[in-house]
Amino acid sequence: MVETLAESVARLASLDREVVAIAWLSLRVSLTAVLVGALAGIPLGALVAVVRFPGRQALVGLLNASMGLPPVIVGLVIYLLLSRSGPLGPLGLLFTPAAMVAAQSVLVTPLIAALTRQIVADAEAHLGDQLRSLRLPPWRRAGLLVFDVRFSLVTAILAAFGRAISEIGAVLVVGGNIDGFTRTMTTAISLETQKGDLALALALGLVLIGLVLLVNAAATILRAYAVRAYG
Amino acid sequence: MDRLRRSLLSLALSAAILGPVAARAEPAAITVASTTSTEQSGLFKYLLPKFTEKTGIAVKVVALGTGQALDVGRRGDADVVFVHDKAAEETFLAEGAGVKRHEVMYNDFVVVGPKADPAGAAGGEVTQALRRIADARAPFVSRGDRSGTHAAELRYWKDAGLDLAAIRGDWYKDVGQGMGPALNTASATNAYLLSDRGTWLSFRNRGDLAVLVQGDKRLFNQYGVMLVNPGKHPQVKAKEGQAFIDWLISPEGQRDIAGYRIEGEQLFFPNAGAGKS
Repeated sequence: MVETLAESVARLASLDREVVAIAWLSLRVSLTAVLVGALAGIPLGALVAVVRFPGRQALVGLLNASMGLPPVIVGLVIYLLLSRSGPLGPLGLLFTPAAMVAAQSVLVTPLIAALTRQIVADAEAHLGDQLRSLRLPPWRRAGLLVFDVRFSLVTAILAAFGRAISEIGAVLVVGGNIDGFTRTMTTAISLETQKGDLALALALGLVLIGLVLLVNAAATILRAYAVRAYG
Repeated sequence: MDRLRRSLLSLALSAAILGPVAARAEPAAITVASTTSTEQSGLFKYLLPKFTEKTGIAVKVVALGTGQALDVGRRGDADVVFVHDKAAEETFLAEGAGVKRHEVMYNDFVVVGPKADPAGAAGGEVTQALRRIADARAPFVSRGDRSGTHAAELRYWKDAGLDLAAIRGDWYKDVGQGMGPALNTASATNAYLLSDRGTWLSFRNRGDLAVLVQGDKRLFNQYGVMLVNPGKHPQVKAKEGQAFIDWLISPEGQRDIAGYRIEGEQLFFPNAGAGKS
């Protein structure tokens, strides 16, 4: 183990442009999926928190449960949808980065929605009476609450990014791990492990962890800056 | 104003992230469904750039077990299938999923196991090796994934006169994964297994394993290539796919296949035109 680790560090030094390209693709796919997930999940979660309607408890339960959607199942369903023999086949998206974005978006949207709902519901418990006295329509109330908790939502976004960048089940099935085209950090690590090149696999793993740390640090710094500027 | 500026900024950011994914202009590219052995042995990494350089056609390889690769072709999700299980390939053709099968090259299987060889499998024919492994109930790792290698393994048990369903027990580990993971499992548990030579030669985590049986005529492993039927799946890039097939079986492609070596050892032996169906 220690030897492998030492060899990995040596291999890291010789990492070439190929690894940079793979890391960049991973980052692009997961960030895009998180963006889609945030655009869909934040309004959804906020509305579920604010609007009272029959079946709401069931929907909340469903949202919370779907935070645990197995990536490989999501991948399989998207695969069947995007396959040439499937309903969305004519789009020709299977085995492309766009397919990976679609699968990861499906994975992270419920996660963002569920966390947003909880954060917004907590904020509403504090501010609810005042807000209701303004007699605003629900979507306006939801909007105000989201704005109020915007800095807390960063954690939800980071959780979603963590889920997206680290999963392999979905990207492997819908992306196909094509060299130079749909190979991501996780599928590359899996491939090198399969080839028995454990040192290179571990080195790639270190790069992935570094990437996640970097994104989290960037988000934390941005958040602190924003709190000071606008909070 | 401030809010507007921020919205614009986030929009611009989104476009920067989304843009490259959505608007990547595609040069002519074909998708080839192939096997883990051709990918993991490094053959494609060596071979495909030569084809792309000559024709300008990029080749995207999805590496799966032979059974899965043929399924991807059946669904029309690949333009070409390049696999190694003649019986399954002929079924594929008979269903009308493929146009024509061309033999491209062969390599061979080897029986790999612990150097100490507790079952005494080394030396003879593959069928004798399997009988001894079964007699000793020595750990044996099977791909178990409908791959060409898995199909060959099942054939060898049958040829050895053994009924796998009746004799299998804890010693027979069905991992349901590619060649690499199966080799990793065998290496970690000092088990016997059947591997294609290419993946074995490029495999780095060998531990105590060594080749015990090789050279038996039964261990011959033929690769075939087929164009997915454009009559069934109109989006198949028939022209580019056929160009790839033609190149593989051309004297030039065949020479390049023969030129791929690991540690001086040739992995694949071109034999296009030796037998067509």
